[in-house]
Amino acid sequence: MNGPAAIALLLSLKVALAATCINLVLGVGAGFILARSRFIGRDVLDSLLTLPMVMPPTVLGYYLLVLLGRRSALGAWLQDSFGFSFIFTWQGAAIAAAVVGFPLVFKPARAAFESVDGQLEQAARVLGVSGFSLFFRVTLPLAWRGILAGLLLAFARAMGEFGATLMVAGSIPGKTQTLSIAVYEAVQAGQDSLANELVVLTSAVCVAVLLIAGRLAPGRINGARP
Amino acid sequence: MSTMELDFAIHKTLRSGQRRFTLDVDARVSGQRIVLLGPSGAGKSVTLKAIAGLMAPDAGHIRLNGQTLFDAASRIDLAAQQRNVAYVFQDYALFPHLNVRQNVGFGLKRGWFNPGAGQAQAEVDYWLDAFGLAAMAHQLPAELSGGQRQRTALARALVAKPSALLLDEPFSALDEALRETMRDELDALQKRLRIPMVLITHDPADAARFGDVVLHLRDGKVVCRTLGRCEEAAP
Repeated sequence: MNGPAAIALLLSLKVALAATCINLVLGVGAGFILARSRFIGRDVLDSLLTLPMVMPPTVLGYYLLVLLGRRSALGAWLQDSFGFSFIFTWQGAAIAAAVVGFPLVFKPARAAFESVDGQLEQAARVLGVSGFSLFFRVTLPLAWRGILAGLLLAFARAMGEFGATLMVAGSIPGKTQTLSIAVYEAVQAGQDSLANELVVLTSAVCVAVLLIAGRLAPGRINGARP
Repeated sequence: MSTMELDFAIHKTLRSGQRRFTLDVDARVSGQRIVLLGPSGAGKSVTLKAIAGLMAPDAGHIRLNGQTLFDAASRIDLAAQQRNVAYVFQDYALFPHLNVRQNVGFGLKRGWFNPGAGQAQAEVDYWLDAFGLAAMAHQLPAELSGGQRQRTALARALVAKPSALLLDEPFSALDEALRETMRDELDALQKRLRIPMVLITHDPADAARFGDVVLHLRDGKVVCRTLGRCEEAAP
């Protein structure tokens, strides 16, 4: 394996992992809140949070540029306070991948939390367990299967992210050029052998992710039974 | 602890789509075994959930052995966790991801983690032995028979030494033969432990067996208190 392909692979894994971690917190959190609370505008919020699934990634990337770019309030503040900008960085690529994959975590997480039998939570409360303990000891273990499925999907989606990433982070070799972008660049530049290598590598990673997903599949996870 | 003083007045309106159900029950009873008897939809479960702290009444009060659990007027509403009552659900509500031992020990463990699958605790072992569950301590609820599930639910309820045991239709999930066996078991257990209990049922046979005091419920109201048949109150 030569340098550029390995670098692009590691970068893709880093970006996808970071995006998945972001969605583990935000996607699962949003899924829990929408499953458990009743408030006006809940359905509208659900639709808004699902938008990244249907919008073209380039449009999402454009929105992120507007939101995080140096001319935005947030971007200017980050630049002035920390000398940091998301634009043209791997962190920006991770944000883009997280936004694109968000509904893939949020939707199954919400469904998983809604499917947890409320009586089991009541039983835990009568037994003296509440709050975070109740969440980590009863709710999360029973919803975990659906959440994990969503996280794996989002990871795979982040590995393949192209449009939004290109808009926000560009294509800087060794810095923001992920596998899928590197393939495009190699083909554009007529580097067929590099393109072949990248494509085989990407396929191998995808198969590996699927195999891992299969190992973690429903039947093998404790607490699966109704 | 021999007799239990239970004093409640519970008002609650439940809405589900177009349907509306108003619960308006009050009673002051003392006894070791109190039965709420009535057909489904009479408001038995809602009453029991209110006593356990799983449902907040709109108005009224609930006092158990002189302790106020709920009082709308003085804004007292103890959390379910603080009421020290045990609740056995109709279909037992055993945690499906935990084995029998973990289920029984659930209430003894504090913090963010469940008890370990093989973690020995003296009180848990005592109740596993008492209910003949030691041999299946490592099995998940899905692998148990109906009777074993009920014993697990009872053990889980009793391990924390509650001041009262609330039972929601404890025998309805069992077939007829097993039902009689489990009635005997619960009867013997209650006599041995002398733990006060409130049992709700639609089955007059349960009331005859366990009812020191029987409150008959119809359409969200207490219609009479008697051991035998309840003459329908004239509308």
